[in-house]
Amino acid sequence: MSVVIVGGGQAGLQVADSLRAGGYADGIDIVADEPGIPYQRPPLSKDYLVPGKDAAPLPLRGPGFLAAKGITVHDGVAAVALERGSRQVVLSNGRRLGYGHLVLATGAANRHLACEGAGLPGIRGLRTLPDAQALHAELPRARNVVVIGAGFIGLEFAAAARAHGATVTVLEFAPRPMGRALSAVTAEWFAAAHVRMGVRLRLNEGIERFEAGPDGRVAAAVSTSGERYPADLVVAGIGVVPNDSLAAAAGLETANGIVVDEALRTSDPSVLAVGDCASFPNAHTGTRTRLESVQNATDQGRHAAGTIMGRTGAYLDLPWFWSVQGALRLQIAGLSAPGDQTIMAGDPDAGKFSVLCFRDGALAAVESVNAPADHIAARKLLAAGHGPTLEEAAARGFSLKAFGQAPASAGR
Amino acid sequence: MPTITYIQPDGTAEAMTVEDGTTLMRAAVTSGVDGIVGECGGQAMCATCHVYVRPEFAGRLPQIGDDEDEMLDCTTAERTDRSRLGCQISVDAGLDGIVVDVPADQV
Ligand SMILES: Cc1cc2nc3c(=O)[nH]c(=O)nc-3n(C[C@H](O)[C@H](O)[C@H](O)COP(=O)(O)OP(=O)(O)OC[C@H]3O[C@@H](n4cnc5c(N)ncnc54)[C@H](O)[C@@H]3O)c2cc1C
Ligand code: FES
Repeated sequence: MSVVIVGGGQAGLQVADSLRAGGYADGIDIVADEPGIPYQRPPLSKDYLVPGKDAAPLPLRGPGFLAAKGITVHDGVAAVALERGSRQVVLSNGRRLGYGHLVLATGAANRHLACEGAGLPGIRGLRTLPDAQALHAELPRARNVVVIGAGFIGLEFAAAARAHGATVTVLEFAPRPMGRALSAVTAEWFAAAHVRMGVRLRLNEGIERFEAGPDGRVAAAVSTSGERYPADLVVAGIGVVPNDSLAAAAGLETANGIVVDEALRTSDPSVLAVGDCASFPNAHTGTRTRLESVQNATDQGRHAAGTIMGRTGAYLDLPWFWSVQGALRLQIAGLSAPGDQTIMAGDPDAGKFSVLCFRDGALAAVESVNAPADHIAARKLLAAGHGPTLEEAAARGFSLKAFGQAPASAGR
Repeated sequence: MPTITYIQPDGTAEAMTVEDGTTLMRAAVTSGVDGIVGECGGQAMCATCHVYVRPEFAGRLPQIGDDEDEMLDCTTAERTDRSRLGCQISVDAGLDGIVVDVPADQV
């Protein structure tokens, strides 16, 4: 019985790839509402927007690969309804696809601003290739850029806009940038670093409304503290909402995402969900989580393919993430939480360090800045449960890279 | 337009012609060369685009940068003096005909 995958993003493509790699021989159909070749999102807010870098979209898998593996992509076609009784997916072009297993890999959509003037031309989001193409065209002309939200995408965009020479203001309602995902010490280091790069970072300051200019385009952003910032280009990076309405309409359980069990099955065992749209029981935090990262999309894609092919076992992969903000390269292994005890390893003044986050006496997460070898070591140590103790990490000159390579850690 | 040849551990060769300036990682990912993952999209942060460049092309390669050097210490397959990150090598006329071996493991 064939597999139908709804969503042609990082997670959906991974499911198809892993099914074939695992020897799955029946039909695989991907229903992808975005037209064209499936592409990677991370470069859209990084190299794609920086002057002088490669501006061609980076495919997830090329057409040659898909053809060779017998994976059919129905691009530019949406799944509009699921008929679980007859195991069929109804497509926007009127076709129906029958399935043995259905995988929902529908991703997430940008949350929209709700304030006055939020619909003015010149105010954009950044999620899709057309979003990035529009910004790529407008950035070289933009003089005053305002970014709403100091999350990863907002700050990546801010750094790209600085590289184009624009005046860049970032409004963030919270007291720290990237507050949901980073320890306070790393977040504060980033706040200072962005200010040094010339970004006007306004913390504890949200957006109140936008004003139009005589041409009808956005001309200014007025913040909650009454400050008025001139703006000819605004990017909102205020988070995403999972695309779970198709699942909800079909009677599947949803709660900030499509609810899945530890094997990534929804409340209907023939339907699975993976990636940005899936709310899963997280073995690392003991809570139900929805993550938005390439790691989560690819590892869940691999796991779901295994579940379909009859493998049992819980999804346990270690979360990791990266973000590139101008010259600042951040990598996170594990998930930090408020209240973690942090230890600084390396040299924050030289811009190369790792922050080790301990919870209940054990290493729980590592945030590395311009220290990719620390990050790779952290991933291996966290996955194996062989992290350093707090005392070891607090020793003078401690290096995670060296700790990971020391023969002692292998036998620990 | 330069050509690139990727050799799999089992000896299978895949040759392709690419636009000037395409990286070894991008060319491989675009045409689905097995064993080249490119997880970080070319930021020298994941080391899943590790390749072994045939020695006859060594003299024409760009220098190994600090970031690349650090990541090459973290590859899954063993680092040798032929190891490079595919995302850090753009192929133009000077590297036309380049041959690289794909390691058995990337992740
Ligand atoms: C600009 C940007 C930068 C990022 N940078 C990083 C980074 O540096 N590091 C990192 O780890 N992560 C990064 N991410 C996050 C990462 O890209 C996502 O977590 C990942 O793409 C999620 O994959 P997915 O397949 O779950 O969802 P998506 O990639 O969103 O794919 C879902 C697809 O399904 C389609 N779809 C939805 N509903 C339907 C339907 N009914 N029928 C048909 N198709 C449908 C959607 O249109 C979409 O194409 C970034 C994201 C963005 C937007
Ligand atoms: S693609 Fe990640 S290091 Fe080359």
